[in-house]
Amino acid sequence: MKANCWMGKRDLRIQNVPDPKILNKRDAIVRITATAICGSDLHLYNGMVPTMEAGDVMGHEFMGVVEETGPGVKNLKRGDRVVVPFPIACGGCWSCSHQMYSLCENSNPNAGMAEKLWGHSGAGIFGYSHLTGGFAGGQAEYARVPFADVGPIKVPESLTDEQVLFLSDIFPTGYMGAEMCSIQPGDTIAVWGCGPVGQLAIKSAYLLGAERVIAIDRFPARLRMAHDKGGAETLHYEETDVLEALQEATGGRGPDACIDAVGLEAHTPGIVHAYDRAKQAMMLESDRPIALRQAVMACRNGGTVSVIGVYGGFIDKFPMGSFMNRSLTMRTGQTHVHRYLKPLLERIEKGEIDPSYIITHRLKLDEAPEGFAKFLAKDDDCIKVVLKPH
Amino acid sequence: MSERENESGRDVSQIVRGLGWFSIGLGLAEILMPGKLSRLIGINKEENTLALLRFYGFRELGAGIGILSQPQEPMWLWSRVAGDVVDLSSLLKALNSEENDNGKLLGALLAVAGVTALDVYCAEQLSAAGSSEGRGQRMSAQATETILINREPDEVYSYWHNYEQLPSFMKYIESVTLTGEGRSHWVAKGPGGIDLEWDAETTEERPGQFLSWRSLPGADVHHAGSVRFDKATGGRGTLLRVEMQYAPPGGRISATLAKLVGQDPGAQIKEDLRRLKQVIETGEVVASDASIHPGMHPASPPERVEDLNLALSPVS
Ligand SMILES: NC(=O)c1ccc[n+]([C@@H]2O[C@H](COP(=O)([O-])OP(=O)(O)OC[C@H]3O[C@@H](n4cnc5c(N)ncnc54)[C@H](O)[C@@H]3O)[C@@H](O)[C@H]2O)c1
Ligand SMILES: [Zn+2]
Ligand SMILES: [Zn+2]
Repeated sequence: MKANCWMGKRDLRIQNVPDPKILNKRDAIVRITATAICGSDLHLYNGMVPTMEAGDVMGHEFMGVVEETGPGVKNLKRGDRVVVPFPIACGGCWSCSHQMYSLCENSNPNAGMAEKLWGHSGAGIFGYSHLTGGFAGGQAEYARVPFADVGPIKVPESLTDEQVLFLSDIFPTGYMGAEMCSIQPGDTIAVWGCGPVGQLAIKSAYLLGAERVIAIDRFPARLRMAHDKGGAETLHYEETDVLEALQEATGGRGPDACIDAVGLEAHTPGIVHAYDRAKQAMMLESDRPIALRQAVMACRNGGTVSVIGVYGGFIDKFPMGSFMNRSLTMRTGQTHVHRYLKPLLERIEKGEIDPSYIITHRLKLDEAPEGFAKFLAKDDDCIKVVLKPH
Repeated sequence: MSERENESGRDVSQIVRGLGWFSIGLGLAEILMPGKLSRLIGINKEENTLALLRFYGFRELGAGIGILSQPQEPMWLWSRVAGDVVDLSSLLKALNSEENDNGKLLGALLAVAGVTALDVYCAEQLSAAGSSEGRGQRMSAQATETILINREPDEVYSYWHNYEQLPSFMKYIESVTLTGEGRSHWVAKGPGGIDLEWDAETTEERPGQFLSWRSLPGADVHHAGSVRFDKATGGRGTLLRVEMQYAPPGGRISATLAKLVGQDPGAQIKEDLRRLKQVIETGEVVASDASIHPGMHPASPPERVEDLNLALSPVS
């Protein structure tokens, strides 16, 4: 089959690789009908995540049709149309039974490697380095889905691929980002980053009852989408002093909760960016926490900082004094996607939201490398790329 | 302690301290200037290599600090040995690639091989010294590992007590056969096709709570082990605790055993326990596209499944 393979930093190639096979009894093989490029993939593309191997199949946002099931899968059959959550979860460990699926204790065969870097390991993830298991990803014609009796959700024929595809990651991610804010009536939520994840965090914040959402980015097309489709007020961080603007908008109190939907490759004009780039180059920090620092400083006393942007290693100059003295709470995590599949599918079915509005580019699988370059550069107002392998 | 042992003890501790500082130096170099370092040893300076070198750097630094702060603790040295093996295999891999400068690489390879030998020597000395104290038998390596399994102690106990299914999660154990009267015969696959065999006897058995055993005279691998099955707090299942002691290896067995239990026996046991947890909680050992191959392998589907040694056991 054809697959989009990581061959090195900013070097992706469509290659012929063997078709996936059933390796465990609870596996299924899915013929992929739609798969997307995620901001998380950009971190791999940019070489920010260690333990990638040349030849790794990329991709963790995918859906398709069940081709084959292992003898341990009783709830799916050939021909079922399913969306696959990006974390791999067994359903039977302590974390899974507490609905913390992205922390599954059994799905990362390289848990020992992750423990060295993080102290403990999280779940295995499709197409996301060897730290999270070394599983081939879904930017391919077919994928092997472990624990297929726990993860994939069947979707009704009445909904198109594009309407349900983002259940695999970014809709639940945006939603969890908003849910972690414990939104109360009247709350103002600030969202850093208007990429696909930020857009869906904005929508979700309103779904969960926020009064106002203020969105921050620098790309006009993204800010426009946040405003026109998401209903957010917007701030261009290169043209405005973000902290000042947020104070002004909230009578000096600050947003009730702040969502970091940017992650470790945050950008900022001027000296701070140079500082963090230099530190990163010297490995004194591995991640640039620019949006995170700002989110902490901006948040109202006693408020919550919800971190859904991805971090990989270490950060520097975290404003711990501000965080501690002002009784802030931080909540974060890789999304426990399984937890949100059913309720969010219901919201899509009821027409409360149609997440496909963020798609700007539809490409063939063969065009994945170009899609990555475009998504990284935000060329052609690129916001979300969906690939069609068949 | 005799005069001579005293002397060699001092030598070892000096070398150990040297290795500690070597770790710190190498770790810092790997972290701060992976580019220079990779040029120095002749590896192509590709971004992925640099990220990996930095990763190794953190590991080295950790081992170095550990060695200097707890110089009597062989674990830190064994962790260096484990690191050396990773370094050696990366260098060997680089040697096979056409883009790299093989002359320089060979130099680096020899240097690392030399350091590895030194690490093994010191670790063995420390291990022997540590475990000979207060015990009748001289055991060269000791390891304790624990894990939480989301099942009642009775169930975990009976899985373990069914010795013949231990190979479902113990990576290097080929077979266990009950031979009667609390005895069993074990076959382990060593590298290079050498089988290691031994007979073991159960020394204590408390259903649902505790099991212990030891190898009988004539074993290829002299060892003693125990497993405790405690009820974990607050519905967290079973807290399982394994303790193992290995006798000092000698002769033909030495190298094979080192590979068998890993240079770091604790790490090997931990991996086995993780697989035990997978088998009990999910029904079988979980496979990824990379994990089904020995060593590093791209996350890409396998050519054939028939050749793979997937430890498939019945779905519970
Ligand atoms: N927690 C999870 O499970 C999960 C799941 C999916 C994605 N993510 C992460 O979410 C993050 C966003 O993903 P995405 O797909 O939207 O990526 P993206 O790269 O398209 O979006 C990031 C956006 O942040 C903006 N940005 C950069 N620096 C900024 C700053 N200082 N202030 C404000 N905005 C800034 C960029 O302009 C860009 O629009 C990534 O880190 C991704 O890895 C996390
Ligand atoms: Zn994603
Ligand atoms: Zn689990």
